[in-house]
Amino acid sequence: MIETLIEMLSYPFMVRAFIVGAMVALCSALLGVSLVLKRYSMIGDGLSHVGFGALAAAAALNAAPLAVAIPVVILAAVLLLRISGNSQIKGDAAIALISTSSLAAGVMVISLSTGMNTDVYNYMFGSILAMSGEDVVLSVILSAVVLVLFIFFYQKIFAITFDETFARATGVKAGLYNTLIAVLTAVTIVLGMRMMGALLISSLIIFPALTSMRVCRTFRGVVISAAAVSVVCFAAGITVSYLCAAPAGASVVMANIAVLVIFAVIGALRNLGTRSR
Amino acid sequence: MALIKCENVSIGYEGQTVVRDLNFQINPGDYLCIVGENGSGKSTLVKSLLGLKSVEGGRIVFGDGLKQNEIGYLPQQTDVQKDFPASVYEVVLSGRLNSRGLKPFYTAADKQQAYEKMEILGIRDLAKQCFRDLSGGQRQRVLLARALCATKTLLLLDEPVTGLDPIVTAEFYQLISRINRDSGIAVVMVSHDIESAVEYASHILHLQEKVLFFGTAEDYRRSRVGRTFLGGDRND
Repeated sequence: MIETLIEMLSYPFMVRAFIVGAMVALCSALLGVSLVLKRYSMIGDGLSHVGFGALAAAAALNAAPLAVAIPVVILAAVLLLRISGNSQIKGDAAIALISTSSLAAGVMVISLSTGMNTDVYNYMFGSILAMSGEDVVLSVILSAVVLVLFIFFYQKIFAITFDETFARATGVKAGLYNTLIAVLTAVTIVLGMRMMGALLISSLIIFPALTSMRVCRTFRGVVISAAAVSVVCFAAGITVSYLCAAPAGASVVMANIAVLVIFAVIGALRNLGTRSR
Repeated sequence: MALIKCENVSIGYEGQTVVRDLNFQINPGDYLCIVGENGSGKSTLVKSLLGLKSVEGGRIVFGDGLKQNEIGYLPQQTDVQKDFPASVYEVVLSGRLNSRGLKPFYTAADKQQAYEKMEILGIRDLAKQCFRDLSGGQRQRVLLARALCATKTLLLLDEPVTGLDPIVTAEFYQLISRINRDSGIAVVMVSHDIESAVEYASHILHLQEKVLFFGTAEDYRRSRVGRTFLGGDRND
């Protein structure tokens, strides 16, 4: 067991994937708690599709993928948040609209330039080989920023997640914090999607929060548990992916599903226990 | 000096003016009920008082040391809160946020305030309970404790008894009266329930496109508007 782990981490690409993945898993879990509770889960999914379109365009233009994708996805994040706050267009429909449009645009760009090939497959479902040294540096910086901001603004994030109207009434600039969360989510998604895949990256945002909500009864508990669950599931998933030569993204999602089921069972048993008392 | 004074205020909703020429004031210790039908501008007025919505005309003046973000607001409950994992303590403590500024953590004094308010509302032993597991009446007490944490002078309650059963409703009204009487905190309550409003409040503001009535509850009872809305059996 330990030998396999040592062997696994003797490959530089595995070490890079491990670091980037763990950092992305941590950030997306923290941001995910607020997004899921505020009913913004679909924003993560929408952003990953926009990211796919942006990466495809970058590849066609021979531009650096992150330099194109990060600004585009940040823009989309701010836009999606505005739309969700606007009663004229229903938020979920608008997100579906934007995400399928970007997916279609990305596929068009790829098929007209390089043709449908393994790159497309990798964008969709992720590749463990995709992480460069640059990604490692970026992901460490990003997670440091997310952690510091999250801890510093924790009380305000709680307030706007629980009751945005009250928070605004007491002078919290809710719009600013919503935008901050959206921007950080955008960067997290772009960093993680080439490894996890555009179709699977939003699972990192949604699963840890939902899993922790089965068992934890305080906001702080959910946040801490989500962060731990997310990192553990990522580590388990990537190990399985290495051992079975399975795609990393899918393996991580499978690990998350397993933990969700376990937590749901524990939560249900505990509810039964309290009711029978 | 008045805590809040509305001078010729007009407020609107999606481009349409709902109420115009609004003139009234709230003094320290008052208990004002804002009544009126759905769409008469009650909720929009509340949002304007809180600064969540700008007024179309006139002005709202704050006095007597009250700042706009120091109103203890009890909003209507949202869907998000139905399955929200948060302890009662976490929710109540978040009422202290307006006194924190940019400082990230709560002090011992904030925490003590939170416990004091829970004590006043009789929910001290629920502190560790999960908000989503509480009954409707208990939730309103928690949100009221949070509102008390946010203010020293004025509570603003938006239809606080919606969805509560009659016994819990009566208890809640008595609780509000007690807070108003004992601690001198002014209360502004938006309500559908005109009869209870007249019973508990010191002042009534009746809205219907304009101010139908503003004055003491006693005068409202005798006024033509009041007699119409309170029903024929009260005509004497």
